[in-house]
Amino acid sequence: MQNSLDPAAPLLEVRGISKSFGAVRALQEVDFTLRAGEIHALLGENGAGKSTLIKGVTGVFPRDAGIVRIGGEEIAPRSAKAAVAAGFATVYQEVNLLPNLSVAQNLFLDRQPMRFGIVRQGEMRRRAKALLADFGLDIDVAAPLGSYSVAVQHVTAIARAVDLSARVLILDEPTASLDRHEVEILFGIMRQLAKRGIGIVFVSHFLDQVYEISDRITVLRNGRLVGERETASLPRLDLIRMMLGRELAETTGARASAGEHKVRDICASFENYGKSGYVAPFNLELRHGEVVGLAGLLGSGRTETARLVFGAERADSGQARVEGAPVRLQSPRDGVRHGFGYCPEERKTEGIVAELTVRENIVLALQAKRGLHRPLSRREQDEIARRYVKMLDIRPTDPERPVGLLSGGNQQKVLLARWLATSPRLLVLDEPTRGIDVGAHAEIIRLIRELCDDGLSLLVISSELDEIVTYSDRVVVLRDRAHVEELAGEAIEVGNILAAIAADGAAAAHEVHP
Amino acid sequence: MTALLPRRGLAQLLALIVILAVDRVVSPQFFDLRLQDGRLFGSLIDVLNRGTPVALLSLGMVLVIATRGIDLSVGAIMAISGAIAASLADSHGLPVVLAAALGAGLVCGLWNGFLVAVLGMQPIVATLILMVAGRGIAQLITEGRIVTFSSPDLVWLGNGAVLGLPVPVAIALGMLILTAAVVRGSALGLLIEATGGNARASELAGIGTRAMILSVYVWCGVCAALAGVIAAADIMGADANNAGLWLELDAILAVVIGGTSLFGGRFSLVLAVLGALIIQTMNTGILLSGYPPEFNLLVKAVVVLAVLLLQSPKLTGFAGIAARLRRTKA
Repeated sequence: MQNSLDPAAPLLEVRGISKSFGAVRALQEVDFTLRAGEIHALLGENGAGKSTLIKGVTGVFPRDAGIVRIGGEEIAPRSAKAAVAAGFATVYQEVNLLPNLSVAQNLFLDRQPMRFGIVRQGEMRRRAKALLADFGLDIDVAAPLGSYSVAVQHVTAIARAVDLSARVLILDEPTASLDRHEVEILFGIMRQLAKRGIGIVFVSHFLDQVYEISDRITVLRNGRLVGERETASLPRLDLIRMMLGRELAETTGARASAGEHKVRDICASFENYGKSGYVAPFNLELRHGEVVGLAGLLGSGRTETARLVFGAERADSGQARVEGAPVRLQSPRDGVRHGFGYCPEERKTEGIVAELTVRENIVLALQAKRGLHRPLSRREQDEIARRYVKMLDIRPTDPERPVGLLSGGNQQKVLLARWLATSPRLLVLDEPTRGIDVGAHAEIIRLIRELCDDGLSLLVISSELDEIVTYSDRVVVLRDRAHVEELAGEAIEVGNILAAIAADGAAAAHEVHP
Repeated sequence: MTALLPRRGLAQLLALIVILAVDRVVSPQFFDLRLQDGRLFGSLIDVLNRGTPVALLSLGMVLVIATRGIDLSVGAIMAISGAIAASLADSHGLPVVLAAALGAGLVCGLWNGFLVAVLGMQPIVATLILMVAGRGIAQLITEGRIVTFSSPDLVWLGNGAVLGLPVPVAIALGMLILTAAVVRGSALGLLIEATGGNARASELAGIGTRAMILSVYVWCGVCAALAGVIAAADIMGADANNAGLWLELDAILAVVIGGTSLFGGRFSLVLAVLGALIIQTMNTGILLSGYPPEFNLLVKAVVVLAVLLLQSPKLTGFAGIAARLRRTKA
């Protein structure tokens, strides 16, 4: 927008890049073009392939196919050092500099000015000071980097990268931990660098910032390129459609049973429930036999809502009720005690215990609920494991196999079994179909429907709007860590959800909290 | 390939048998047993008797390690409990002496558990504190002297016999059975393995991981205190400087030889105790062989390496490939 675009040959050209991890195709034939002096936003939901693309291009891991050209010259960096030599500089959300060293040492790490084999401290500090002055930063460069704010650390990382004669600057979620003022400073620096002819790749899930700073947008979804657009000519709604994978014409006819449910009793309710700095206070009622979908972009507060509801995070405002009675949810234990269950999105790190067997993983929550002194006998455990392996069609069927050896879909089923074994009243499922192959996908959706027919209350998070529309009786839409819209009955349509996600912040917020 | 992996405990049993065989070679009387004054004597009994402190330590240590922790302070706790027991032995009855010594171990364990489970300190750092401070506390109790005692009750604890077995051995056996009954008889074993395998997942499954971690450190402290009392009873005195010195390392070694990973998760009480016996069988063998005891450490290192290699899936994987190559050639 504010930069003069050079229409000449692109600075960075990526053609047909592919990468698989085992059977998972993380990137398929993706093209990406970055021009000199351009700020180019790279967007997509979790698992879309943004990080894989960056790492494939900068040589963090070898790519399976594809060509990368920088300034017309084909390159294939094999290490971080080679990537730097080729002109790449990558700054990650977690600044990977050394917080215990001084700012100056960080800036000149590996290339300190030397004389007779001794580092010239004074010279190094002087040059560090001059370098940072370019970025509008006047700080004590002898102080440890760790003593400064994340924003200063980011600027230091960028300054170092640029000073290493970078031509392509990749910023991976640089603003996630910055406040508004710091974001302004960072954007100022980005614009200044772009003017100097550096191409900047900006990865972020803050759409406001994307519209503010970027000239062009490339969207990935499920490892494929969706498209590249000029930011100025791409309406926000269209962008969200690109990210979530819906075409304009498509509407849903798939809502089968919704609306036919009788109004049933409230299973759990949350009144003005929230945690400051985490998710804004919300009202939520969950009825027996009902599926409530949580929709919104990554970082919109979906997972945060789920964790508050289950008790994995403590709320600092509001009141939770179970079957009408006020309860306190201070820990997952409290959640489990009140008959809640939670299948987290991070299946491997927060869900399964990989080295334990399928049987042990399935009985874990039930055993925790019963307490230490009432152990399930081996016979009971075998019985429970056999029942759920059969009911959910977990494969391989051997309950004594370590769960870490199962496929993602089967691990997900084991987690479902873990909670079903506790006979819960409310189950919170965070992206239950993520990273699961198509067959298992359909099966898990079928299961979700069956479960709520049995009177279970379900709160389901998904980025797949098709899915949410298919099984939800109500859909809560989130944006910027707040619940902004609640859709029910006929109103549950992909178009309405998209509109709510894209709507202007202030206006939509009023509709929910009048 | 899975068929080629050693079954649980096979590597340890094999190692013990090999070491016993070597011991038999260097000392022909190694397997001789005789009954005298209602108590068995012989090198084997000696191994069991001398191995008791480390075996007791490893009983607590294995649970701590299973939660992905470690307790470096057990040697120091031995010194504290030994000092308390020796100081009280001649003025109080055995129940009081035991209660005071074991109570001290319990408090030490609570302290460690508090630092790790409640304050979230790294176990190695948290228990290092008591490892250093504990020996100082023990010296304060003994006022820097070696405290001796003559209370026949306490002496019996270290030197008496029950059904022909030395009392320490009977105690260690009893503790093994008690620990196994508590851990495997309740759901504790499963929940400890889950916590060690994936603490976050376990917490989200509703397991009270804090209480669990606290309790294993407490148990570890109690086991260490008991080992300290036995060690003091054995020499009829308490030496705050040397009681239990470096034994925390032997205990960790015993647990690792027993096949429990320092990364937590699966554990075996019996194999940890077997690990302690392997270490002691080696020590005794070297003593009997007449080699200078300096060799002890080197030989220990070699045997430990051998046992660990036997357990390593990578190595057994190589062995499997080698076997297949041989088959194809044949």
